[in-house]
Amino acid sequence: MAERILDVKNLEINFHTYAGDVKAIRDVSFHLDKGETLAIVGESGSGKSVTTKSLMGLLANNAEVVGGSIMYHDQDILKKSEKEMQNIRGKDIAMIFQDPMTSLDPTMKIGQQIAEPLMKHKKMEKKKAWAQALDILKLVGIVNPEKRINEYPHQFSGGMRQRIVIAIALVCYPEILIADEPTTALDVTIQAQILDLMKELQSKIETSIIFITHDLGVVAGMADRVAVMYAGKIVEYGTVDEIFYNPQHPYTWGLLNSMPTLSSTSLEAIPGTPPDLLDPPKGDAFAARSAYAMKIDVEKEPPFFKVSDTHYAATWLLHPDAPKVTPPTEIVRRQKLFAKMSANKSVKA
Amino acid sequence: MRKYLLKRVFYMLLTLFLVATITFFLMKLMPGTPYSNQEKMTPQQIKIMNEQYGLNKPVWLQYLIYLGGMLHGDLGTSFQYSNQPVSYLISSRIGASAQLGLQAMIFGVLVGIIIGSFAAINRNTWIDTLCTILSIIGKSVPNFVLAVLLQFYIALKLGWFPIADWGGFSYTVLPTIALGVGPLAETARFIRTGMVDVLNSDYIELARAKGLTKFGIVYHHALRNSLIPLVTLIGPYTVALMTGSMVIENIFSIPGIGEQFVKSITTNDYPTIMGVTMLFSAGLVVVILLTDIVYGIIDPRIRLSGNGD
Repeated sequence: MAERILDVKNLEINFHTYAGDVKAIRDVSFHLDKGETLAIVGESGSGKSVTTKSLMGLLANNAEVVGGSIMYHDQDILKKSEKEMQNIRGKDIAMIFQDPMTSLDPTMKIGQQIAEPLMKHKKMEKKKAWAQALDILKLVGIVNPEKRINEYPHQFSGGMRQRIVIAIALVCYPEILIADEPTTALDVTIQAQILDLMKELQSKIETSIIFITHDLGVVAGMADRVAVMYAGKIVEYGTVDEIFYNPQHPYTWGLLNSMPTLSSTSLEAIPGTPPDLLDPPKGDAFAARSAYAMKIDVEKEPPFFKVSDTHYAATWLLHPDAPKVTPPTEIVRRQKLFAKMSANKSVKA
Repeated sequence: MRKYLLKRVFYMLLTLFLVATITFFLMKLMPGTPYSNQEKMTPQQIKIMNEQYGLNKPVWLQYLIYLGGMLHGDLGTSFQYSNQPVSYLISSRIGASAQLGLQAMIFGVLVGIIIGSFAAINRNTWIDTLCTILSIIGKSVPNFVLAVLLQFYIALKLGWFPIADWGGFSYTVLPTIALGVGPLAETARFIRTGMVDVLNSDYIELARAKGLTKFGIVYHHALRNSLIPLVTLIGPYTVALMTGSMVIENIFSIPGIGEQFVKSITTNDYPTIMGVTMLFSAGLVVVILLTDIVYGIIDPRIRLSGNGD
């Protein structure tokens, strides 16, 4: 088994607002192994970004971690002081942000922006740090890097800027790279380039990636494992094949069903809106929007049911006493494919 | 770049010409004459005086004569002092005013930046509130009140600095503080507002994600990006302070230009009014050009094409 480098357990985060405490993260647990890519999927406001910000110790001032632990190797990140976190950020855990148009300092040469983490964490002199910045610029595929290292962000296109943001994140060879919707702000052709680049670099510098996105199409090509988040909770997690071809939670069904496929003629939307986390519902948070909700879903929160060693889902539908339901046609099609795949696998084995 | 500069210089000269023209005719519309004891003078005397100073000619001719003189660097002779050329009147007094204004500006801007940044970093805490209250006080307390307080407590009671007059550097300290509190408060307010915006931006979050210290983030990233609105303010403010403050110069008995300017207006000393106005305008147009150049230095996005790369 691969080395486990990050283990988040029972994380709970509240935001203090004038209206009361918003329970943004409710009992979230997940882990990350060395070299793998974990995708966290969910719609806006489901708590994806808050989760990752807590890993960096970059939560907003009005956020409070109410419970849980984030073990990075054998140290709890939640117990670190700001000073100690400054030594981890950018060196061991780095982050790529969503919008490359605004995440670079407009008044600083990009060479300096890339060199900064090296000067801070590796105590390099400016000249040496710039030399290394030049190397990483080449690595992320900036053409004519000797000239461009002296330029400012506004002289680059969106895709190029995201390459620079990636260069900044990777320049210290971090163990964990958090990518918070890194391709959302880019057009589709550039998206593919950036994703290819990330995969290529991951194998080169052996980093683990936490990939935040709401775009399932991106997940399929990038991730080893997927965690689906809804209303501040993880509702289902498993390997990418298990989530895509053998989903169990009605919310995952809804997500997959609203994704275009080659055979789909119309796109299904998930009706309704996510619940208000000022006052989260008692049972399954998705029950109000789910066509498969049962009486127990509004009364009691479902625990995680084991589907396989790597696949768990928090839905009462998996309870032995639950009635058998038929998922949407698209999901049935996927599950049939999955059965075929696992049959092939067992034959091979 | 050279073409741009030439164009700018042409516009600067045009502006100065317009200022001279408008000021001249407005000035002539002011009631009164330059003669302080007019009621005791006979019409003959007034006529002779008018002829002597060229005030009997039609206004447009006076205007042309003045313009002609100005082109040769002759600003005329002051009416207040016999045979004192305006250029000498200005040059002998501008030194003190300019020094004081510049010192006050440097003091105000530097301290203002520090206070403003401090407030922005600790926004919505008691530090922020304290800084805001201080800058409101600094902005609303008239500088002559502060000047008198400084004289009383610092000069008279503590005896740290001279109470008034103009000698070495120690004489400039109190007036510099009194004059600098205005720009200090203004700067603190501008920096605070600008920096609160900047500190909320994505690139500051990225800087935090790099593991930079709070100070490093403010110093290397936030400050420069918060300076743009301030630069707009500083230029004209500096010119205004450097061309003299009547109140402060009066209170501290500083031989500056500020008092002369006010006196020249009340006594209808036409050449001095024109001279000081032109000096102020010239300073202003130069500073506006400098401001535009400084913009480009601070923010590469504003840099002129052909200069940046």
